[in-house]
Amino acid sequence: MAMASTSPIVSITNVSKRFGASGSNGQTNALSRVSLDIAPGEFISLLGPSGCGKSTLLRLVADLIEPSDGQISVKGKTPRQARLDREYGIVFQSPVLYEWRNVLHNVELPLEVMRFPAAERDRRAREMLELVGLKDFERHYPWQLSGGMQQRVSIARALSFKPAILLMDEPFGALDEMTRERMNTELLNIWSQTDTTVIFVTHSIAEAVFLSSRVVVMTPRPGRIEKVVTIDLPRPRNFETREQPHFFELVTAVREGLREV
Amino acid sequence: MALDAAPELLTIGAPWQARLLAAVRRYLPATLILPSGLIIWELGVRVFNIQGFLLPAPSLIGQTFSENWANLLDRGLYTFQEAAWGYLIGCGLGILIGLLLARFATVSAALLPIAIAVNAIPIIALSPLVRVWFGIGQPSKIVIVAILCFFPCLISAVRGLGAASADALELMRSYATPEIEIFAKLRLPSALPYIFNGLKVCTSLSMIGAVVSEFYGGLMNKSLGTFIANEASQVRFRSSWSGIIVACGLGIAFYLAVSLVERVLIPWHVSIRAKAE
Repeated sequence: MAMASTSPIVSITNVSKRFGASGSNGQTNALSRVSLDIAPGEFISLLGPSGCGKSTLLRLVADLIEPSDGQISVKGKTPRQARLDREYGIVFQSPVLYEWRNVLHNVELPLEVMRFPAAERDRRAREMLELVGLKDFERHYPWQLSGGMQQRVSIARALSFKPAILLMDEPFGALDEMTRERMNTELLNIWSQTDTTVIFVTHSIAEAVFLSSRVVVMTPRPGRIEKVVTIDLPRPRNFETREQPHFFELVTAVREGLREV
Repeated sequence: MALDAAPELLTIGAPWQARLLAAVRRYLPATLILPSGLIIWELGVRVFNIQGFLLPAPSLIGQTFSENWANLLDRGLYTFQEAAWGYLIGCGLGILIGLLLARFATVSAALLPIAIAVNAIPIIALSPLVRVWFGIGQPSKIVIVAILCFFPCLISAVRGLGAASADALELMRSYATPEIEIFAKLRLPSALPYIFNGLKVCTSLSMIGAVVSEFYGGLMNKSLGTFIANEASQVRFRSSWSGIIVACGLGIAFYLAVSLVERVLIPWHVSIRAKAE
């Protein structure tokens, strides 16, 4: 996938993040001089074991935390400005649905905050629920849904205001393997129908290879990028993709990257 | 698309007959216990020939109540007024100050342990002194009840407003949500179950506070507490018991009324939907 010609939508330059008081022994280097450019429309996975800083990197892009060193630009702006301009939607590992709102009103939450008119909120929320296959469940409450359905609601909510970037922090980590594989296919479906750039954090090699245009392999202590593997599997990808020899070659290539620690 | 529907979905939209049956199954045991308890009490008193001043039979208490019910209800309502006003003032102030305190994390962190400690003081013990300050009538009882209700509500409001999860708050931050909207759309709804817990605890506290502080002095011809204490001291235990029954009834009714408001306002909460299933 050629990406050199377009200017990156997210640009990370020499970013470090340290937690804990400076100078003390308790300080940890979560990220050390990380650089990465992400092109518009890409599906990027950040892959690595716990403690490699993949979630930290995502949260830096989201401006939920601030870097200790280095620069991040999101659509040419600081992460803070990008957040204030609502340039990204975020999906956490837990669906974080508000239990006093039904499915439809959960999806409308960001639209309410962003002052969309009521009719427009309703229209967009329904459109998104249709996209994630929950059209018939808009009056249900979160506790009436299974884990996989709840996470789909949370994806619909993140996409409802059509952000340029979708940040996903191990969104399917709490789901069983079968549900996770089905959600992977559905996510690619949704992604192909929008022109969203996805940054996807995971610790599953197969998931990262299946979904991504590029897999960023990260290693811990200190967190840094070990290598970036381009995934040239044809799209659309489906369950047959997982059986192709080239899929296994790529999985092996990524795994080698993780082994070099 | 094959949907992984949760099993709970099966109970949604079930026909009303099925739901009625489920409700009967749920509440029948509790409904049976009250009359069986009364029967066992009645039989126990007769079989073991228990003296009336130790424990009168429920049938006799009922008879005494029926002879004097108008007076008892008047007294009950008089005492309930004290409980209700004290409840409204105490809970209102407690929740209001709790909401204000929660805005300032450091202040509430400093004050919460003190509030919990003060809450452990038997405030009812102050009632003889409060009577000296506020007189023998209703105001002194209202003050006691208000103090009793203030701290549980304050504590539950502060706790409740801190109950929103870190993820839920970060989600709001990701939308660049103004603080006032975070409060209205997230912090307050997540606090309501805590606040209602406080409100329910305070219903029984308020009746206890009103009745017991009347023991330490109240208007002899009007209040329920003085009636219960006076009848007992005159060895008219049956009569005293009939007053206690009125106090119980009012306390239970108060609790149920607040529970009903809770069910209407937060039907989504886990403690309520478990019953609704």
